[in-house]
Amino acid sequence: MTLALVGLSHHVAPVELRERVTLGLDAASELARELGDAVCLSTCNRTELYLADADDEQALAALGRIAGEPLDGVAYRLHEDAAALHLFRVAAGLDSLVPGEGEILGQVRSAYEAVTPGPLLDRVFRQALAVGKRVRTETAIGESPASVSSAAAALAAQVFGDLRGRRVLLIGAGRIGELAAGNLASRGAEIAFVANRTADGARELAQRFGGAALTLDELPARLGEVDVVVSSTSAPEPVLLAGDIPGKRRAPLFFIDIAVPRDLDAAIARLDGCFLYDIDDLEAVVAETLSGRRSEAERAEQLVAEEAERFRAWRASLDVVPAIASLRAHAEEIRAAELAKLNGRVSDDERRTIESVTAQILNKLLHLPTVRMKEAAVGADGAAYANAVRHLFGLEDDV
Amino acid sequence: MAEVLFWPAVLGYGEAAFAYATVRTSRAATWGVRLGWLAQTALLGAQAAHAGAFPWSTWAGSLNLFVWLVVGAYLIWGCRPRYRLLGLAVMPLALVLFVVARIGGGTRAGAHSSDGNLFLVLHVGFVLAAFAGFTLAAALAGLYLWQERRLKRRAADILRLRLPPLAALERLASRTIAVSLPLLTLGLVAGVVRQRERGGSIDALEVLTVLTWIVYGGFLALRPTGRRAAYLAVCGFALVIVARLALAGGHFA
Repeated sequence: MTLALVGLSHHVAPVELRERVTLGLDAASELARELGDAVCLSTCNRTELYLADADDEQALAALGRIAGEPLDGVAYRLHEDAAALHLFRVAAGLDSLVPGEGEILGQVRSAYEAVTPGPLLDRVFRQALAVGKRVRTETAIGESPASVSSAAAALAAQVFGDLRGRRVLLIGAGRIGELAAGNLASRGAEIAFVANRTADGARELAQRFGGAALTLDELPARLGEVDVVVSSTSAPEPVLLAGDIPGKRRAPLFFIDIAVPRDLDAAIARLDGCFLYDIDDLEAVVAETLSGRRSEAERAEQLVAEEAERFRAWRASLDVVPAIASLRAHAEEIRAAELAKLNGRVSDDERRTIESVTAQILNKLLHLPTVRMKEAAVGADGAAYANAVRHLFGLEDDV
Repeated sequence: MAEVLFWPAVLGYGEAAFAYATVRTSRAATWGVRLGWLAQTALLGAQAAHAGAFPWSTWAGSLNLFVWLVVGAYLIWGCRPRYRLLGLAVMPLALVLFVVARIGGGTRAGAHSSDGNLFLVLHVGFVLAAFAGFTLAAALAGLYLWQERRLKRRAADILRLRLPPLAALERLASRTIAVSLPLLTLGLVAGVVRQRERGGSIDALEVLTVLTWIVYGGFLALRPTGRRAAYLAVCGFALVIVARLALAGGHFA
């Protein structure tokens, strides 16, 4: 059995090319089935074909047809252990644009489950999923946010803990502001109010996010009813001043200002119980967490290397499996022939006892050679051991 | 013989005091706390068995019991990875106090105690349990103030070196005080009853303890939030420290 990989990713192909070969799950699994024993992993950043005993030239040509141009100079081709290592790194998020991003593991799982792979691909994908999970469990690579919008939500959680039931006021319709609001909502926060310069704009936002529509003039009156304020308007002047913030509050207020120029008066940060993060602060937090991800990536690489070594050992052990199977079959054949000679000479009870005893002798006798051959297979001597066993026991004809 | 148990306990606490410094070793630190606490429990048990009565009525003995109570209270939520830095605040303090207790003779299985009075046991037990709770609340309040300062200053590493959320720290500190104050009240009542039995006048430590009660009582009555609550918890703890130091002045004599 041979393992091969043909593919392209953000490392080697521009988005214009990648988007042409990006396939939906159905199309990807259809392509995999056309190629034989294969799995097709296709995301916005990569399209890769993992093949067992299949022609990688044919796979490359198939990708070229989808792209509408030959991919010889662009696509990468990897074989055997290198292909497995690559898949493990992909599943661990180490080959991603943002190291440690978690979405890729689900995509690897979907690609694997969309087809019915043979034993080699089944093994390498199951191990890849385990590697991805292990890296996320044993390192902190995926813990910190990698975008401004997710950092904003993570910071709000540093103040409030669980965001369920926390009320959010979204001001303006900036894209990052909407993403931040979406991130807060995904953590359980409620978008209570949406505000815009015009009533129509506010209503349009309210339809998208489900909160009550406000105009900017109504903001100060509603601040006492919310926990988080996300602002991303294109207003040239601040839309909220420190004087607008209610003085007597028991709960903290968290402000996220993603607008440039800034929407929120910087003096708000000095108010007791108020926390204000602007776009520069958020970007600094993201840069810091990304550097943390990179240091965790080193640990993750070690884990991936360990798993790749385990896969290599497993592959090597397969070289001696036929010899072990022949040896066991040969021994079993001898045992059966000798037992046949007892027919009619012993009682049923005696026969059962003899069968049990001979089976145990056989197992004990073959246990050590089996273990030793598997151990030798992990090194470079597997084939030599297998040949020696075949020669010594006269198994050549069985192969 | 009982004193031998001091060493595994101090080793466990010592290991935890250092191992909480990094995320990778924090699990080992938690095990250090658990094993150390079990060893100290055995030590206290051996002391009690040897004395046949209440053996922690000296200032050093009470310090030994106090450390056990602080670590025990910490263990309630010490296993949570997010509270690693609370361990870093509590365990070095516990370690130092435990060593001081030993230097003062508080970990010895000394002579048979004659102080078997029920009210003394209740007084010391409740007051020390309350003080342990206040210590933990102060550690939580300290963490709150640090985290709040980092958020205010918009520290770039705020998500790399993660502390528990402000709301959780505030809630836990308040709850700890809410549990500890009734214990202090019971301890004070037991102390007053004992004093009436024995006679004698009010000493400075008693005044200090009543003052501590007033501060924490005010905390629960006023229910401050945010930074004010944290400062009040820390102020109350300052009184606890003074009370602990005053204990060495012969309150039990």
